[in-house]
Amino acid sequence: MYVAVKGGEKAIDNAHAWLAEERRGSTDVAELSIAQIREQLSLAVNRVMAEGSLFDPDLAALAIKQARGDLIEAIFLIRAYRTTLPRFGSSNPVKTSEMTCDRRISATFKDAPGGQVLGPTFDYTHRLLDFKLAAEGELPAAPKAHPREEVTPHITEFLQGEGIIQDEPPCDDIPGDLTREPMEFPAGRPLRLQSLTRGDEGFVLGMAYSTQRGYARNHAFVGELRIGKVAVEMDIPELGFAIEIGEVELTECETVNQFKGSKTEPPQFTRGYGLVFGQSERKSIAMALVDRALRWEELGEDNLGAPAQDEEFVLSHADNIQATGFLEHIKLPHYVDFQSELELVRKLRREAEERITPKEAAE
Amino acid sequence: MSEHTEIAHAARQEWMGLLARAPEQMLMELWGAYEAQPAFEWLRSPEVGGVMVRGRTGATGAPFNLGEMTVTRCSLVLGDGAVGHGYVQGRSKPKAQTAALIDALMQTTAADDLRARVIGPLRQQMQDAKTSRAAKAAATKVEFFTMVRGED
Repeated sequence: MYVAVKGGEKAIDNAHAWLAEERRGSTDVAELSIAQIREQLSLAVNRVMAEGSLFDPDLAALAIKQARGDLIEAIFLIRAYRTTLPRFGSSNPVKTSEMTCDRRISATFKDAPGGQVLGPTFDYTHRLLDFKLAAEGELPAAPKAHPREEVTPHITEFLQGEGIIQDEPPCDDIPGDLTREPMEFPAGRPLRLQSLTRGDEGFVLGMAYSTQRGYARNHAFVGELRIGKVAVEMDIPELGFAIEIGEVELTECETVNQFKGSKTEPPQFTRGYGLVFGQSERKSIAMALVDRALRWEELGEDNLGAPAQDEEFVLSHADNIQATGFLEHIKLPHYVDFQSELELVRKLRREAEERITPKEAAE
Repeated sequence: MSEHTEIAHAARQEWMGLLARAPEQMLMELWGAYEAQPAFEWLRSPEVGGVMVRGRTGATGAPFNLGEMTVTRCSLVLGDGAVGHGYVQGRSKPKAQTAALIDALMQTTAADDLRARVIGPLRQQMQDAKTSRAAKAAATKVEFFTMVRGED
């Protein structure tokens, strides 16, 4: 138990004043602007938006500045801000098939219509530190080619045409929202995906990696990975029709998984799905692998007892704000708890000593 | 719904979508150059809120909640009775107000002038930015060469 303690106000005020000074760092160095963080640390901004569960690059950049670059602290700030916003409504489901793709690759089809578009990727870089970045300088402009105007079809459409991949039939059920009602198990796939997309990248990555190493292996290929912008559309009651209220950058990963068939399903390919705010490639691949592992029951597979198959385990530990809140609270004053435990241990020791001493006296 | 109102809806959807997605600076510069300050009254003064963005399982299946985005909205009425709604991405109240004013004016005789001086240029600038990105993406498209094995 944690009991409120009085006193220490002065120390707290001074600690926060020092925190502000340390956040600023040496005043000999120019201060970072929100726009600099938004533009030049955009992948950190994307992570804060994805796990903070709020798409707003300026707010995420501000949170990163305030948190001194501690991304979990920044996510915490965004989550806290999010709770102050009135909810205007929910969008219509985004149409990722109409995404304007900056990047689109497939590990399964070399000649997929629309082609393999690498986009601004770290892949194929040598991962050698580039000391040129330590000096300021002009950049050559990125080359351009004839832009694609048509939409880029999803790869899984081609497999679906042949009927050898599990279908994803559309429906219009209202999905549960874990920000509104506490999670209950079994959660079902829509809630699992909501939990995974805002889950800690490191945790989801670790879970996904465990499936690759053999804990509920699901033989995933990246059928398609695409990054780009999609329009967000919402029904506006006062208008009586839907309008676009903005656009968001998303990363989508669809895995194609080997599947021998089960008691209920014929041999076919199955799918895992990842969809994450921003350019968040590692997270969306990891999400797709974990999504697929958690689908064992609906696909009639065996429960191998692997952690990544355990919905309650995965969803209860994926949220880094819940985790950090509980973990870090143990550093706050627990004087009363500890005092009572101290008394108890002293009493037990006294009793133990008394049990030994009379025997010795008798001998 | 008559054919006429459907066309009117489609046109309004298009400009409202443009205004919602427009980068704030781009919109404010074009609006500033238009130099109109119509009198209006608030029906709903600007408020910042969130909209839950949804996706679908496997891109086509059941809806799920992906996360929220910030949106600012307002509604106003001009002296002549035209009602304008602003629904814009982000947290800018001036941007929402401008969007609502334009939405209202687009239903008046000012529409053609606005289309020529604000909506048209806005659409063009946003399309140019999109095309420029698409051109950079196109330059990173992989052209495969298949090695022919000498078997004859």
